[in-house]
Amino acid sequence: MYSQGLIGADGRSEETPEFLAAFQARIDAEEKIEPKDAMPEGYRRTLIRQIGQHAHSEIVGMLPEGNWITRAPSLKRKAALLAKVQDEGGHGLYLYSAAETLGVTRDEMTEELLDGRAKYSSIFNYPTLSWADIGCIGWLVDGAAIMNQIPLCRCSFGPYARAMIRVCKEESFHQRQGYEIMLTLTRGTEAQKEMAQDALDRWWWPSLMMFGPSDADSQHSDQSMAWKIKRFTNDELRQKFIDATVPQAEYLGLKVPDPELAWNAEKNGYDHGPIDWDEFWRVVKGGGPMNRERIAARRKAWEEGAWVREAALAHAEKRAARTAVAAE
Amino acid sequence: MGETPLWEVFIRPRNGLAHKHVGSLHGADAELALSAARDVYTRRGEGGSIWVVPSAAITASDPAHADEMFDPTADKIYRHPTFYDIPDDVGHM
Ligand SMILES: [Fe+2]
Ligand SMILES: [Fe+2]
Ligand SMILES: [Fe+2]
Repeated sequence: MYSQGLIGADGRSEETPEFLAAFQARIDAEEKIEPKDAMPEGYRRTLIRQIGQHAHSEIVGMLPEGNWITRAPSLKRKAALLAKVQDEGGHGLYLYSAAETLGVTRDEMTEELLDGRAKYSSIFNYPTLSWADIGCIGWLVDGAAIMNQIPLCRCSFGPYARAMIRVCKEESFHQRQGYEIMLTLTRGTEAQKEMAQDALDRWWWPSLMMFGPSDADSQHSDQSMAWKIKRFTNDELRQKFIDATVPQAEYLGLKVPDPELAWNAEKNGYDHGPIDWDEFWRVVKGGGPMNRERIAARRKAWEEGAWVREAALAHAEKRAARTAVAAE
Repeated sequence: MGETPLWEVFIRPRNGLAHKHVGSLHGADAELALSAARDVYTRRGEGGSIWVVPSAAITASDPAHADEMFDPTADKIYRHPTFYDIPDDVGHM
């Protein structure tokens, strides 16, 4: 989600100037690049990293919400949350397969996630303490994801763009189910309203951080913009998100936890207070409240699922051998 | 043990249309790949029929040689109806 996927991406490439210029001309002509096309190594590496980290974000993102499936307040909410979390698993799989077309294997990507070389969105390192957090995740986190993912539908790399089109179609239900949870809570009892406000207080700033470092500090942005992997800068997307979301908070009767938030008629958008980038980097680097638990949960799933993967392969091989014998 | 094999997934949205490539996934065998394809690619009624094909079984042309590969079509303009001059008086043909 994930322009944060660019953290640590290395966009350098060593090809000849002619090759790079011809590649850039294709990009400038809005031609899509497909997996077997010639491409600069930097383009390939940047995409492997970004798509891989986007995939990891979808998969790790199942954990904070999964935490509430068994405790959803009604059967309707439970069915919806289950479907949403299942979609996120699907998004991860579309994205892993898009990354694999660039020559990385699924196992390599999984290992990089588990040993910390690959990152995932910082937002999933915060805990889900109440049911209102599930509302806030759908409304804000999926809302921010949509802002980020819509321009990715026009990304220059074909498989990534196609995966994003599928993902974006599915995301709008996610955001609506979250907002509907918030609506229900804010129209409920005092205690429910407080729960909704408390969740917004905790999720607002981390949601703004989802767009990644501010443009002034974002080292990898320029090359990614030139290659049309990215279409908008982090700050542009963050601004769009704030402008879309503040009126939604007002409709709910909730207060956005930013005393400096103010409408700026001149720029036709909101001004906001400073973002705590120290917190952002601390969480990205592993110091968030839930980093250790998230990776431990992924590692447990990977290790405890090993026998299932091995058994399925052994069974497939045995059956293939039997068919071969029968055919002789 | 090796990595679980990769499959390409093709879906036909409804009868009368062709199966269309939608993506890929891993599965130990065809049966598992098919059930994974249903879960991953048809959660909202996207299809009435699924094909899964081992990725390794696909032979693809090389984009680096696309010019030579598709060159024979470029100069054969006589394959197109507009190549032939028919007087307007003849009517639509
Ligand atoms: Fe998603
Ligand atoms: Fe996402
Ligand atoms: Fe989502």
